[in-house]
Amino acid sequence: MTKRTAFVNARLLDPASDLDMTGGLLAEDGKITDFGPDLFKDGVPDVDQLVQCDGLCLAPGLIDMRVQVREPGEEHKETIESASHAAAAGGVTAMVCLPNTEPVIDDISVVEFVARRAREIKMVKLYCYGALTRGMEGEQITEMGLLADSGALGFTDGIKALTDPLVMRRALSYARTFGLLVIQHPEDPDMVDDGVMNEGELASRLGLPGIPAVAEVMMVERDLRLLSLTGGRYHASHLSTAASINAVRRAKFDGLDVTCDTAPHYFALNENAVSDYRTFAKVSPPLRSEQDRNAVVEGLKDGTIDAIASDHAPHDQDSKRLPFVQAECGIIGLETLLPLTLELYHNGHLTLLEALGKVTAAPASILRLPSGRINRGAPADLLLFDPNRPWTIDEEKFRSKSNNSPFHDRPVQGMAVRTFVEGRTIYTAV
Amino acid sequence: MTRSQTAPDFALYRFPHRHLLGIDGLSISEINSLLDLADAYVAQNRQHDKKSDVLRGRTLINLFFENSTRTQASFELAGKRLGGDVMNMSVSSSSIKKGETMIDTAMTLNAMHPDVLVVRHPDAGAVKLLSEKVTGAVINAGDGRHEHPTQALLDALTIRRRRGRLDNMTVAICGDILHSRVARSNIYLLTTMGARVRVVAPRTLMPAGIERFGVDVFHDMRAGLTDCDIVMMLRLQTERMRGTFVPSTREYFHFFGLDREKLSYAKPDAFVMHPGPMNRGVEIDSDIADDINRSVIRDQVEMGVAVRMACLDLLTRGATVN
Repeated sequence: MTKRTAFVNARLLDPASDLDMTGGLLAEDGKITDFGPDLFKDGVPDVDQLVQCDGLCLAPGLIDMRVQVREPGEEHKETIESASHAAAAGGVTAMVCLPNTEPVIDDISVVEFVARRAREIKMVKLYCYGALTRGMEGEQITEMGLLADSGALGFTDGIKALTDPLVMRRALSYARTFGLLVIQHPEDPDMVDDGVMNEGELASRLGLPGIPAVAEVMMVERDLRLLSLTGGRYHASHLSTAASINAVRRAKFDGLDVTCDTAPHYFALNENAVSDYRTFAKVSPPLRSEQDRNAVVEGLKDGTIDAIASDHAPHDQDSKRLPFVQAECGIIGLETLLPLTLELYHNGHLTLLEALGKVTAAPASILRLPSGRINRGAPADLLLFDPNRPWTIDEEKFRSKSNNSPFHDRPVQGMAVRTFVEGRTIYTAV
Repeated sequence: MTRSQTAPDFALYRFPHRHLLGIDGLSISEINSLLDLADAYVAQNRQHDKKSDVLRGRTLINLFFENSTRTQASFELAGKRLGGDVMNMSVSSSSIKKGETMIDTAMTLNAMHPDVLVVRHPDAGAVKLLSEKVTGAVINAGDGRHEHPTQALLDALTIRRRRGRLDNMTVAICGDILHSRVARSNIYLLTTMGARVRVVAPRTLMPAGIERFGVDVFHDMRAGLTDCDIVMMLRLQTERMRGTFVPSTREYFHFFGLDREKLSYAKPDAFVMHPGPMNRGVEIDSDIADDINRSVIRDQVEMGVAVRMACLDLLTRGATVN
């Protein structure tokens, strides 16, 4: 018995095919089977679910390629279930979690655990990365081939940089054997030392140890040198500085297979957000100068920065209500990814399709996922949203178990109205 | 029995703040209020009967998460001379899980209704965080490398009593600027009051962006001291250093330690200050430290008590007025 959902009177948006038109879409058994301006011209067929879109935008659901779900290990901060609800409310239909759980995702049994939990919860699609090295200790590469076979989408040591150049060379080289993606948190920990915020006048005034901006580009440039030696696919996460974006721009020009992303806080905020010791804006890498923020916007505009990921990092009150140097790094982002990404559209930096592409087609292409596009045969992972609806971010309303967001009280535009995974409604805005 | 002192007339002084967390943001008139009142307390402290009843019935808690002898003693004496009840609490931050303890300790103490909490903490911003959790006034007695406002005030009082003014004085702050809360508070205070401030240090001990603090930056002691009115030496804070910032104390003293030869570049009547405790032979030669014609280090200690009395007075009376 075929399950059918009809979406009528939608503004269909597909960044992958540059599609922007009014029409209808039909999903059958979780897949998009047809769409177009005249699809329901002769009336809507008999369906299980009829979605009146009223001219709102129907686009691929967001793919958040960098999320920490804290399960297993730190369920008091977030669980796969709470993160899934947060994702659905944010218009995210697929998310990829980092391996820095307890235990670390460096063994197929943990990959399978995550997959099983996601199946049980049956909300958004949950993928994971495998650790690049065992225990994320930076020494021994993991069973990348087996982990990939069991579902790991890429390999990274999470919020730790892989520092040893020889291990990185071997990791890149070995990953290339299977065409696997290596993902780096690019920050030289020796340069970070005890730093907790961007180095500069503000850090000096606050009396906080600074992290120089070069800590990022030093690691990116080293990795790019290694990549030119080994070949393979390399992805730099959450770029925050002008220099490292320039390094990636040059590497792309030189033909290296490199991609990168940034997080909304690196284009929506600068270091001033930590004035007054606001630990909710403490993040790794740190929020940077206004010049760096502008460079992130430029990088998004010219395509150097392929994707935007929320870098969702939930922390409970006890981890954040501390003196700044002791507080944990991280910002939650699943529920603010859409409106903050749309700021780039509302501010005139990107077109609506370009902005959406950073959170749909681009991560899908980097991760080689079949979703993230409106295509016959693609999964019906869809987002119905109003790109203009104004609202104010309210920490009280987060579905995440944690509320560590520096965006509380920020007026934004653009809201998820209804979220679908394989044609099934998983979220409806009230 | 000891209420013979007449407290200074409060109406003359303006300090509309609940806490004293830093110098940054204070106005000229607020700083002058604190210094003027402190001046009056210097006189009181020099009399046979040093006690007044300004803080009678009030409770002052010294809450120190970092070791201190002189600052804690100075606040204790200040509180007692004003007739308040003073309690000292030293919390070793290494032995317990840090941050939770700080908030928990603050909440516990707050339930005992202290009127003033004097807090020192090894982390920048910690005292401000604590001030958000308590009902009484909070005085920052030093937070990490951020601020140490009463030290800057006592330094300013020392200078003002010696020279009669702060504006147009040229003050050279020398040494470990990077790790120093004393340097930051002094830079804010002295630049606000119209003094010309120089900072002198090797580049490894200079904070990033220091040139945007309204100071002149020097990396050579002789150039930095040339024609200055006051030389303010800082302690080399090896306990806050991770890794090497200077190759050796011998080399540091050779290039940045204050000796008579380097001091000769300053004005002939220039005097020398140090917040203590001194590392003799590291940043300052004993010969200068002990020279009562050049060194005002003991004056600074005396001014410290008076300044802290002024701060306690204004903050507690402010609480009554509000």
